[in-house]
Amino acid sequence: MTKEDSTPTRPRVFAALRSFFIRHPSLQRLIWPLAGLGLLVLFNLMFDRAFFEITTRDGNLYGPVMTILRLAVKVMLLAIGMTLVIAAGGVDLSVGSVMAVAGALVAYLSTQGDWPFAALLGVAVLVALVAGAFNGTLVAFAGLQPIVATLIMMVLGRGLALSITGGLPISVQDPGLEFLGRGFVAGIPAPILLVVAVVVITGIACRMTALGLFIEAVGDNENASRMSGVNARGIKLFAYVFCALCAALAGLVTVGDVGRVEPDRLGQMLELDAITAVVVGGTVLTGGRFSLVGSIVGALLIQTLTVTLIRQGMPSDVAPVPKALVIIAVCLLQSPRLRAQLAAWRSGVRRVGA
Amino acid sequence: MNMIFRRQNLPLLVTALVFVVLFGAFSVAFKNFLSLRVVTNLFMNNAHVGIIAVGLTFVILSGGIDLSVGSVLAFATVLVATLIGKFHFHPGTAIALTLLCGAVFGAGQGFLIQSYQLPPFLVTLAGMFLARGLAFMVSAKEMAIEHGFHRALAGLGLPLPGGVAFGFTACVFVVVLLVGLWIAHLTRFGRNVYAIGGSESSAVLMGLPVARTKVMIYALSGFCAALGGVVFTVQAQSGNPLNGFGMELDAIAAVVIGGTLLSGGVGQVAGTLLGVLIYGTILTAPDYLSGFDSSWQRIAIGGLLLAFIILQRFLSRASTPGG
Repeated sequence: MTKEDSTPTRPRVFAALRSFFIRHPSLQRLIWPLAGLGLLVLFNLMFDRAFFEITTRDGNLYGPVMTILRLAVKVMLLAIGMTLVIAAGGVDLSVGSVMAVAGALVAYLSTQGDWPFAALLGVAVLVALVAGAFNGTLVAFAGLQPIVATLIMMVLGRGLALSITGGLPISVQDPGLEFLGRGFVAGIPAPILLVVAVVVITGIACRMTALGLFIEAVGDNENASRMSGVNARGIKLFAYVFCALCAALAGLVTVGDVGRVEPDRLGQMLELDAITAVVVGGTVLTGGRFSLVGSIVGALLIQTLTVTLIRQGMPSDVAPVPKALVIIAVCLLQSPRLRAQLAAWRSGVRRVGA
Repeated sequence: MNMIFRRQNLPLLVTALVFVVLFGAFSVAFKNFLSLRVVTNLFMNNAHVGIIAVGLTFVILSGGIDLSVGSVLAFATVLVATLIGKFHFHPGTAIALTLLCGAVFGAGQGFLIQSYQLPPFLVTLAGMFLARGLAFMVSAKEMAIEHGFHRALAGLGLPLPGGVAFGFTACVFVVVLLVGLWIAHLTRFGRNVYAIGGSESSAVLMGLPVARTKVMIYALSGFCAALGGVVFTVQAQSGNPLNGFGMELDAIAAVVIGGTLLSGGVGQVAGTLLGVLIYGTILTAPDYLSGFDSSWQRIAIGGLLLAFIILQRFLSRASTPGG
């Protein structure tokens, strides 16, 4: 960390980078997750060349990188919705259960008769609207803590999903769902394109209109936003409904990919993965500024880390450990007190050195 | 009498009423339900959740949350099993070491939360992942415990009339409850917990040892989670890294049904006992009601949670203007 051994060009590079990030403050929060992802890519470049092999089979792309993307699809979809909820000052623990309800209901209906895919999609949207409205109403209008309100939906939703299928797994054979989960468009897996589409649409809706600003205003200071004329309750309700929509979509993708629904397992604990991705992506849990791209990078970072370590021989059951370390590292990086301590330590070092 | 019917005790009273009604309805509907055996089983089968919930009550009273308890329970079960099975520790030593590990784990979380002002939700979320992963590192598979002492523990119990024994696990639960009640209501630490939950900044300004107390709260929760794991091994005679999956949410539900506000400062350990008993009664329902399967259990618990929280919300709103 000492300055003496740095070549004269390095400070200039740092200064350029620094001024770039100062000019683009929205990219600042992406530094750490991108750095982490870059480090992992570098590691694999050095030690595991096969990591980047992409093969084509019938014109479709396969390989470890594609696997990571596909594995991260669920969490990425959930994280998009979760980002808006967290930015609006809330949190949604029910996304896993909403996935299960949407997946179970769609699977059940598809075994009961000839439902067209559009109708199945409509049912999933309906499930999401009800669940999201339930959460949103409890939080925005009844004034419940988000953790509590969505915990209720989480428990209720899991029960509903179980009762829909009678507690048993159901197999699904619907060409539309199968395409959503396992299909390819021009060689690229359909679920990945779906994530890209959802990010782009959400990004446009948030950044090209005032929606994103309103969400950040509500998350930053709800009272202040209300007094400046923002419909804070409406915004919160919207965030929860949108989050539930993302969750239902993730449920459909999972069902299509796996080809069956296990109502007690589908989406379990994914709410925590989604929250992790959002936090790793630089959106603070207390609300306010958010970064959709950050959440996607966060989800990819965790998935890449897990796959890398598993390829290096870590048992897959131990995968939660690196996840935990990433969360703690990110928390510490964001902690003002640690930054103050580091700054004090650094200036101390400089004074001693001078 | 006035003490009991104070407004802030109203959630607790409602909880008690719900338990009486629920238990009464079951007793009327099923002729074998109202028996010492059922009550004993209620305590024995839910001892681990109950012990965890007591520790969690303190965390929630202080305005925090601990998501790591289910994973710490799993970690504790495999640690006990491994220490006994692989390293040939005496169960007593193994249990003591495991409890120490739980307390240290909790204290570590408390330290991060307090020293770096990190959100408890995230730190304990990380703790949950960490403990689950560590559990798999210690033992990837279920591991049976074969030791005379450990088996003897399972056979211990207070004999009750009617040939029913109040088993070892239930006894531990009752002891934890009594100690919890004592800590909450009769010690300085307990008063500090309530003060921090009421308003942390006021507690700091009053000169209370907030930092130390917060670390101790999470250490207590970690200790209780490990004790829950120990009790679990006594009941199952094995350790399994998959134990306690999602149990943190069951325990939180029991605490909330017990009338403790998640915003901190209001609640009782006694309420948590009622919450655990209500939760346990719902879990036994399928044995009596045909068709009331696990899906209905969850729907019932979710519905109860909703009802309780809306009631609490209503009560706390009603009580704000008058103080």
